[in-house]
Amino acid sequence: MAGSKAGFGAPAKVPGWVNLGLIPLVNLVAAFVISGIVILIVGDDPIMALEVLIYGAFGYPEAVGYTLYYTTNFIFTGLAVAIAFHCGLFNIGAEGQAFIGGLGLGLAALYLDFLPFWAVIPLAILGAAIFGAGWAYVPAYLQAKRGSHIVITTIMFNFIAFSVMNYLLVEVLINPKAGGSPETREFAEHAWLVQAPEFTGMADSPLNFSFILALLLSVAFYYFVWKTRWGYEIRVVGQNEHAANYAGISPSKNIILAMVISGGLAGFVAVNELLGVHHKVLMDFTGGYGFVGIAVALMGRNHPVGIFMAALLFGAIYQGGTELSFEMSNINKEMVIVIQGLIILFSGALENMFRPRIEGFFKRKSATNRVEA
Amino acid sequence: MFEVLILLFDATLRVATPLVLAAMAGMFSERSGIVDIGLEGKMLGAAFAAAAVATTTGSAWLGLGAGILASLTLSSLHAYACVTHNGNQVVSGMAINIVVAGLTPTLGFAWFKLGGRTPALNGDERFTSITLPFADALADVPIIGHIYSELISGHNIIVYMAAISVPIVAYVLYRTRFGLRVRAVGENPSAVDTAGISVELMRYKALAVTGFLCGIAGSYLSTAHGAGFIRDMTAGKGYLALAALIFGKWKPVPTLLACLLFAFTDALQARLQGVEIPVIGVIPVQFIQALPYILTVLLLAGFVGKAHPPKAIGQPYIKEK
Repeated sequence: MAGSKAGFGAPAKVPGWVNLGLIPLVNLVAAFVISGIVILIVGDDPIMALEVLIYGAFGYPEAVGYTLYYTTNFIFTGLAVAIAFHCGLFNIGAEGQAFIGGLGLGLAALYLDFLPFWAVIPLAILGAAIFGAGWAYVPAYLQAKRGSHIVITTIMFNFIAFSVMNYLLVEVLINPKAGGSPETREFAEHAWLVQAPEFTGMADSPLNFSFILALLLSVAFYYFVWKTRWGYEIRVVGQNEHAANYAGISPSKNIILAMVISGGLAGFVAVNELLGVHHKVLMDFTGGYGFVGIAVALMGRNHPVGIFMAALLFGAIYQGGTELSFEMSNINKEMVIVIQGLIILFSGALENMFRPRIEGFFKRKSATNRVEA
Repeated sequence: MFEVLILLFDATLRVATPLVLAAMAGMFSERSGIVDIGLEGKMLGAAFAAAAVATTTGSAWLGLGAGILASLTLSSLHAYACVTHNGNQVVSGMAINIVVAGLTPTLGFAWFKLGGRTPALNGDERFTSITLPFADALADVPIIGHIYSELISGHNIIVYMAAISVPIVAYVLYRTRFGLRVRAVGENPSAVDTAGISVELMRYKALAVTGFLCGIAGSYLSTAHGAGFIRDMTAGKGYLALAALIFGKWKPVPTLLACLLFAFTDALQARLQGVEIPVIGVIPVQFIQALPYILTVLLLAGFVGKAHPPKAIGQPYIKEK
């Protein structure tokens, strides 16, 4: 797999806090500095923008609710991309997998809503996971058995997913009462996920039960990847396919397994967005979350704790950025996308820019410490 | 029927132009061993720069220059990340796409106050259609003359640039020392290194060509095909060009044919909306839109011929210490 084996979470001989804390922080600061320059160019005050962003993300309970609602999506897609990374695979297709996950969820929620809530909700969630997994299965199979490059195939599958959903929502599942917009009818009310309770002050935000699901999945992810045989095999294949083969671990089986889990996790975006917020299937509900998942996984070093932190960061940027476009005269909501892209650039593509220098500094330091001792 | 076909092919040429230029751009990058999913972002950046400069200076040519410059800058960034720092090429391309998708409407919004678009271009701010010599005189000659005057003549200069770019690219890649070296660093960089040629420099040069061609492709969208920049105006054309490049097996002429095929399906779908076809019935528009991507997946899976990507693609070259 193209260059993904080296660099992603490769253990370095430096203190853990440097690898997991300092280096991502330096990359983040670099991204914010460039974003600040962009804000200067458009003629606003970057420091003030940062204040507005932080207030908009955490300043009052409803803002926190919004931030956590975005965070929920990013946890799902971050975990999805991370499990693929553990197997040395690059899943760019989370966006399409989440979209098709919405189809599975919609079919269950629309056609099984005669069932009580304790049956229809789990079935809808299962539908999202299964359809997302199925959409990831095909590229995984093609990579494992026919050697097609998973990056290219998943990109193509994003476009195909868009066309499939567009067709189904325009021609088949459309709600005739929606005035021609491509969306289904609303789900029955007992199939909706519960919103954040009143006492939190976040009841008016879109935050819903999916957030709890995201936390549960994060814990499950940890146990699966580091405490089970399957997780071990996936990681072995990701580290060294030849060694895996030699040890009797089938690369192709694990490639398919990791990708299917990845697609299933991506499908959970539909749970948050459709079952939790919109209560119907509509176009483009995936909103680029699948792509941000790549950044979340990279920043979070493919570990659930790191992914939670990175997802929270992106959630805050999303929510705070919306506030920015209201408060600052020259900034519109696309500024969020710029910040996001820069974070991906510095923490992903340019991760080797600061890393060797920082690591070198600490290695030298530990060497001199040893000499002194 | 003949008239309809002429119109259809005419539309095909207009749609194919940015695809051809972007696919030829991608060819240099990918043949040198650098995955480039950033074609989309480079085109979008060029489209914005071209429209912004064209509307400010009143010259389409200056706009084109700015578009090329913007694309070259982004391409250099890609090279800096992937070649100098051995960064992950897919992540770098993604990052460039996302940054540009955000930056273009942000700057557009701040500079032109039109909600992220540029003012509409007119007159000299756009590349207008050129009537080729003798087109009017030959218009009445049946078939041949008609094809010449209606289909071949009457496009803007960038369409013709795209047309000549293919033979030029083919010549450069296969008949010059530079092209040979580009292909060599994509197949076996250590051999090139052993011969005393800098792999890094070769890849930088290849990505510069990519940036140049992608700049023309992007400028076409906003200053020739369209009349100004609108947000996300590339709308996946960069990825479609990438698909065409792969479908064309990373070779110039097959890639051109793939671009023409994809552009033709696009032109066809506009015509076929809701039209009943005997035996088949109405083909869903969405199916035709997805066709290029489905074909590319099938090709990569080895169901339609076999594509061999450049051997060293996607792998950073690290000199042995």
